[in-house]
Amino acid sequence: MTVSTHIPTRGASLMTLWREADGIQKAAALIGVTLVLLALFAPLIAPFDPLKQSLISRLRPPMGFERYKDGFFLGTDELGRDVLSRSLFGLRLTLGLALLGAIIGLLVGGTLGLVAGLRRGWAEDTIMGAVDLQIAVPFTLVALLILALFGSSLTVMICVLGIAGWEQYARIVRAEVRKITELPFIEAARASGGGPRYIALTHVLPNIVSPLVVQFTLSLSNIVILESTLSFLGLGVQPPTATLGSMVGYGRDYMPTAPWMVSVPAVLIILITFSVQILGDWLRDRADVRLRAR
Amino acid sequence: MTLYILRTLVKMVVTLFVIVTLVFFATRLSGSPLDTFLGEGLTPEDREAMIRYFGLEGSIWQQYVSYLRGLLEGNFGLSFLERRPVAQIVAERIGPSLQLLGSSLVLTICVAVPLGVIAALNRSSWVGSAVMALAFVGYAVPNFVIATFMVLLFAFTLNWLPVVGNGTALHFIMPTIAMSGVLIAALTRFTRNAMLDVLGQDFMRTARAKGLPETVVILKHGLRNAGVTVLSVLGLQIAGMAAAGNVVVEAIFSWPGIGELLVKAAIVRDYPVLQFGVITVSCAVVVINAVTDILYAVADPRIRMAKG
Repeated sequence: MTVSTHIPTRGASLMTLWREADGIQKAAALIGVTLVLLALFAPLIAPFDPLKQSLISRLRPPMGFERYKDGFFLGTDELGRDVLSRSLFGLRLTLGLALLGAIIGLLVGGTLGLVAGLRRGWAEDTIMGAVDLQIAVPFTLVALLILALFGSSLTVMICVLGIAGWEQYARIVRAEVRKITELPFIEAARASGGGPRYIALTHVLPNIVSPLVVQFTLSLSNIVILESTLSFLGLGVQPPTATLGSMVGYGRDYMPTAPWMVSVPAVLIILITFSVQILGDWLRDRADVRLRAR
Repeated sequence: MTLYILRTLVKMVVTLFVIVTLVFFATRLSGSPLDTFLGEGLTPEDREAMIRYFGLEGSIWQQYVSYLRGLLEGNFGLSFLERRPVAQIVAERIGPSLQLLGSSLVLTICVAVPLGVIAALNRSSWVGSAVMALAFVGYAVPNFVIATFMVLLFAFTLNWLPVVGNGTALHFIMPTIAMSGVLIAALTRFTRNAMLDVLGQDFMRTARAKGLPETVVILKHGLRNAGVTVLSVLGLQIAGMAAAGNVVVEAIFSWPGIGELLVKAAIVRDYPVLQFGVITVSCAVVVINAVTDILYAVADPRIRMAKG
C-alpha cells in the first residue's frame, strides 16, 4: 500500500470545487451548465417548432447578414426550419442519448467488472476475454454493422452507445475490486459472516465510486463523438428528428450556400466535447492522486 | 521467448475466429439478410433462386460451416448489390485506403514525435503546456467536424483544394489532416510520457556526466529508448484509431477506400460486403496488434530473457 497525503474529501462542496478551479475549468463548467440548461429547457426556449417547414423562408442567413428574416436568429435550413430551434432540440437529443449510453455502459461494465473481480475462474476469464476483444476491434466498425443489421432507430442507437465503452468500466472495477478485497476490512467483513453480495454492495462499491465517476465523465465525450459521427454518416437517428451530428451531415449538401446550417451544430458539438473533457480531466486530478496526469 | 510468441499467435488466431463467428451470427440474428435487402414483392420462386445464387440455403449451422469453409478456400461470397465476389470488391479498395493511411501515419509521426519530445523537455514551461493544450484540442474535436470546417474554408471559401476523390496530390491534403488530428493528439501524449520516463533514468545522467552534447543525449539516448514504447503504442492503439478514422474520413471525401465502401454497404445493407469488410479490417488490426506485441517482446530484453 502506498501512503498518500492527499485525502479525497468525500462530499466536497461545490463551492470549494469552484474556488480551486482555474480559469479554463471555470469556463468549461459554465459552458457545460449552460448547455445542459439549454437542452433541458429547449421546448421553452426554442422560438419555433423545430420541424415546422416554411418554403418561403428557405436558406435564410443568420442575423446581421443580407436576406436575414426576422426572428430566425441563426438562419433557416433548406426546408425553412429554424436552425436555432433545431440545434436546441438536437443538443437535447445528443446529450440525452450520450447520457443514456454512458449509464448503460456503466451498469453493464460495472457489473461485469464486479463479477470478474470477486469471482475467479471461468467467469473472470470469459469477461476479460470479451474485454480484450472489445479493445481489439475498432468499435466504429461494430457500430456500422449493428446499425445496418438492426436498422437506425433510437433504441438501436442507445444500445450501440451503451456497449461502446463498457470495457473501460469492467477493467477499472475489476482492478479496484482486486485491490480492495485484499485489504483487512474486507477480510473482517468476511470473517464476521458477510456473504459475497453483501460485501460487494456495502464494502466494495462505495470505495470504487470516484474512479467510476471520472471514467463516466470522460466517456461522455467519446460517446458524443461516436453518436455524432454515426448520425453524420446517415446511420443514426432518422429524419426529421435530428441530433447535432445528423444536422452537420445533412447540412453538408448546402455548405457552399448556407454554411450556417453546419456551423451552428458543429460548434455545439465542439463545445460539448471540450467542456466535458476538461471537466473529466479536472475530476480525475481531484479524485485520485494515482490517476493524476503528469 | 518462443512460448511467448506462440501464446500471442494462438491468442490472435482465437480472436480472429471469435470475430468471424460473431460477425456471422450477428448478420443472421436480424433475420434473413437477403430478405431485408430485397424487400417484399418477390415471388417465392425468385426468392428461392436468389437464395441459391448467393449460397444462403440450409439451416444457420449449415450456412456457418459453409461460410467457414469458404473463408478457408478464399471464397467469401457475392455482393448483393454488385453480384461480384466481395473479395474482389474489397481488394480494389485496399490500395487507396493504404495510401491515405500511409500519408496520415507519416504526417502523424513527423508532427507528433517532435511535439512530444518538446513537451517533455519543456514540461514546466508554457511551451509544454501549449503543446499539451494542442493535443487536447485534437482529442476533443471529432474528425468529421475538422473535415467539415476544412472543406468550408479551403474548398468553398478559398477554392484551393478539391473535395471529392483521390486523383491528385492536392486531394490528399484535407483527408490526411482530418485523419491525423486524433492520431497526432494521441501519439504526442504517448511520446511525451515515454520521454519523461526515459529522461528520469540513470543512464541519461551518466550520458550527461560523460560530457556528451545535450542533443546527442536527447536524441541518441533519450529518443531511441523512448522510441520502442512509442512504436508499440503506434501498433497497438493507433491501428484501431486509424481504422475507425478511415471510415469517417473516406466517407466524407468520397475516397475510394474500404471505409467508404463499408459506409455505403451499411446504408444499402449489402451484408456480404459489410461482413467481409468488417472482418478484413478487424483482422488487420488484430494481426498488427499481435505483431507489435511480438516485436516489442523481441526488442525488450526483459521480456526476451524471461522464461515463458
